[in-house]
Amino acid sequence: MKKAFSCVWLALVLLMMYVPILILAFYSFTDANIVGGHISSGSVANYATLFKNEELRKMIGGTVALALGSALIATILATLGAIGAHYSKRTPKAILDAANQIPVVNADVVTGFSICVLLIILLGIGKDTYVPLVIGHVVLCTPFVYLSIKPKLKQLDNNLYEAALDLGATPAQALFKVVLPQLIPGILSGFMLAVTLSLDDYFITTYTKPSTFNTISTYVENAVRSGRTEVKTALWALSTVIFLLVVTIVVIMNVISFRQKEKKRNEKTA
Amino acid sequence: MKLRFSRSQLCLPYAVFLILFVIAPLIVIVYYAFTNGQGNFTFDNFVNFFSNGNTIGTLFYSLFLSLTTTVVCLIIAYPTAYILARSGFKKQYVLLMLFILPMWINFTLRITALKEVLTAIEGNISLYPFLNSVIGMAYDFLPFMILPLYTCFQKLDKSLLEAAADLGANKFSVFLHVTLPLSVPGIVSGITMVLLPSMTNYVVLDMLYNSTYIMGSLIGSYFKAKDWNNGSMISLVLLAIIFIVTLITNKFSDKDNDARRTIL
Repeated sequence: MKKAFSCVWLALVLLMMYVPILILAFYSFTDANIVGGHISSGSVANYATLFKNEELRKMIGGTVALALGSALIATILATLGAIGAHYSKRTPKAILDAANQIPVVNADVVTGFSICVLLIILLGIGKDTYVPLVIGHVVLCTPFVYLSIKPKLKQLDNNLYEAALDLGATPAQALFKVVLPQLIPGILSGFMLAVTLSLDDYFITTYTKPSTFNTISTYVENAVRSGRTEVKTALWALSTVIFLLVVTIVVIMNVISFRQKEKKRNEKTA
Repeated sequence: MKLRFSRSQLCLPYAVFLILFVIAPLIVIVYYAFTNGQGNFTFDNFVNFFSNGNTIGTLFYSLFLSLTTTVVCLIIAYPTAYILARSGFKKQYVLLMLFILPMWINFTLRITALKEVLTAIEGNISLYPFLNSVIGMAYDFLPFMILPLYTCFQKLDKSLLEAAADLGANKFSVFLHVTLPLSVPGIVSGITMVLLPSMTNYVVLDMLYNSTYIMGSLIGSYFKAKDWNNGSMISLVLLAIIFIVTLITNKFSDKDNDARRTIL
């Protein structure tokens, strides 16, 4: 009885979460242009538009390039920052941790607006240089990468670094060949997080982007609000493609981590 | 040439970056909030905000909207997280992933999907602006509420529950006196994940044709009007709200429990 109630509840919540996405996915394969509208036949026209339309292709490419670029910068900055902070004295470390927390708790609207006022209005850096946009995205992402590397540094065995020095490595060698490899899981998951944050961002992008550039978020918002029907159904297709991509990535990542766990278990029992 | 550096100096680039692009913008915001277009010191923007019925109305509307959204999320997420963490499903982790997965789909696309479905149900969605906004926000932020609650329930020491049961508590009082108090950190960090974004995420409202302003929309409209001074004042008000909320929640929250960070 209790178990049945639990299952029903979970199923209801899942249904709520997925029904809109799945309905949209279904209609993206038809020629209807409103949900619940008349379907005369199935069609992949929306997907053809998605891949052929110059504007859409440019927008998607731009979004991905921006996400990968700013995630890369953010990961380098955060990795150096986290390693440096780990070996710093208590006060500078606390200050860095606190400053790192500001963009995390701050509202994206405020972060975006303040960067816009400083860089574009006060310093007069042109939006068309993409500098404010990239800086904005790096500000958004770096703190989260920093936070995902920090716990790995805490687990670090300091003796390994000392051992490397004793065995003749220079401090730089010890850092890159001994310390850094141990941080790789944290760095990777930080990078992934940075990419997803950048992909999902709307507010920082609107306040700092060149007027001709659009990310998925700003493009979709604009298209939906101004009711542009010719791209509307192509966006249904985009939503479906992204949904399938996310599902695939999540499944792959789970399979990998499951295999690793199995391997560890086997090693222990052997 | 031999490179000489101490390990702590590695944080210099990031420290400089934080000063230039995180701290400096905030200082600039404070400067703009208390000056006028000519750069003269003034309290006008401050007085403007607090004496204008519209802006105060906006403040209360956003508070009301975000509180309603938070309560709705909590009501849905609490039992969900509890069931997920405690009922011993075999593929617990896979199930959890199902609930978290929508987080990775661009939120504007998810709101588009929701909008199409709501239109199919309601006909003219601009007739129910508040209801639709709450649905939209809750739909957007639900995973951020489920995740911290789930991690909190998972960490719960089962022996405490058994002890309470052994000492004669029935199931309901075990929940009321043990489970509920121990889940407070999860509740609090879930609330922060939902409360603040739903005061500022005006895109959800725009896309669902709710023309009422929330705090975020004020910044958006001042941005469009190129009124940097009043926009900065709104940012400052938001910063003050965020600061107060953070002060309160820091007392309760579990430091290692940041939902945006634990998703990966």
